[in-house]
Amino acid sequence: MTFREKIARHEFVVTAEMPVIDGGGMAEVTRQLDFMAAYLDAVNATDNAAAHAHASPLAVSLAIQRYGVEPIMQLVCRDRNRLALEADLVGASLHGIENICCLTGDDVTAGDEPEARRVFDLDSIQLIALARGLAAGRYLSGRSLEPAPSLFIGAVENPGAPPYDYRVRRAMKKALAGARYLQLQLCFEPERLETFMHAAVAAGLHERTAIIPSVIIVRGAGALRYIDEHVPGISVPADVIERCAAADDQLAACEDVAYELARHAMSLPGVAGLHFISFRRDAGIARLCQRLGIPTREERESVGDRPFVPA
Amino acid sequence: MKPLALLEDVIKKPVFGCRTCGQCVLHSTGMTCPMTCPKTLRNGPCGGVREDGHCEVKPEMRCVWVKAVDRAEHLPLLPAKWRHEIDDLRPPVDNRLRGTSSWLNLATGRDRQTPAGWGPE
Repeated sequence: MTFREKIARHEFVVTAEMPVIDGGGMAEVTRQLDFMAAYLDAVNATDNAAAHAHASPLAVSLAIQRYGVEPIMQLVCRDRNRLALEADLVGASLHGIENICCLTGDDVTAGDEPEARRVFDLDSIQLIALARGLAAGRYLSGRSLEPAPSLFIGAVENPGAPPYDYRVRRAMKKALAGARYLQLQLCFEPERLETFMHAAVAAGLHERTAIIPSVIIVRGAGALRYIDEHVPGISVPADVIERCAAADDQLAACEDVAYELARHAMSLPGVAGLHFISFRRDAGIARLCQRLGIPTREERESVGDRPFVPA
Repeated sequence: MKPLALLEDVIKKPVFGCRTCGQCVLHSTGMTCPMTCPKTLRNGPCGGVREDGHCEVKPEMRCVWVKAVDRAEHLPLLPAKWRHEIDDLRPPVDNRLRGTSSWLNLATGRDRQTPAGWGPE
């Protein structure tokens, strides 16, 4: 069953972010996916994450597909104008890549080539609408595409960044533009995610789009501090950093934090699945899934009419 | 720049930081110019807004969209219709209109022309 079908059936979905690929070819892609693929319905191929150049999302999506997992191709608005975005969307569909995740993208100043020209010819919501137009069989110009590419369009939202009260409305705007799933930015403050989810459910957002919170596993307090200081739009509370810094085993403490945030997210109304990110390049995501009681993809698919429901 | 565009620039630049995109949407964004956002986002804030409500790119500047959302709700004398328009889906910028007068484009309807493939099916 595909990621798209699972979302249509309101089944719990599990996705993760592919670590960035610079070298090592298919062997490196395989090594990374071997750690976690058994648990995942789809894997996100990032698009020059944090404004650093890496192997392109289309190329990495193809590699993920070749490995045997469904890719979610992320596209950001920072590096490509509308023509290039259309070309990548239609090109992805040529290879049967359906899942597209549309993002604004970190600014070039967040990366290691801050002298680059930023593009932002479209914003993320316009990109969603553009992808929807392609899926309806037309380029932005109106020129037709026959047959229309099959695209399953998603987007992101950040429940932990100002203006907090506006975030659900912005997410709704994305859903109305055509986003069928929303992968949320990491949120280290459970009460912010909770407020977002309650407002989302009150607005009926969860009925229009599958809302998927994200959780990250890091190595230690240093990584949390780095995220807090350098990743735009994410703050890590000081007590979380201190707790990990004071632990004898920092990795275990970070895994505990991830576990607690994931448990909390799974308990919230309107949550359709979980998205995992790990900077560790090890089996951390698989371990976390086991601890959370999330069965492997195969196990979840074999239960038929009694799909996995988080306890 | 033509005379009307020049006049518009002289008035709107000091007041709104106008970037002369030629397709003004100020009224629907709480009288806050979205083109002053470093990412020129016309449909809402990005996910990089700092804890203090300031811009990811320019930490010294309050996020244009934090301002826009706040003003769309609280700015006195703003017609109710305009307050709601903040949730409208604004189309991609027509880059050909840059440097032209949005007043003229409003009068002629040129600023509301969108590509044939844009919009609901």
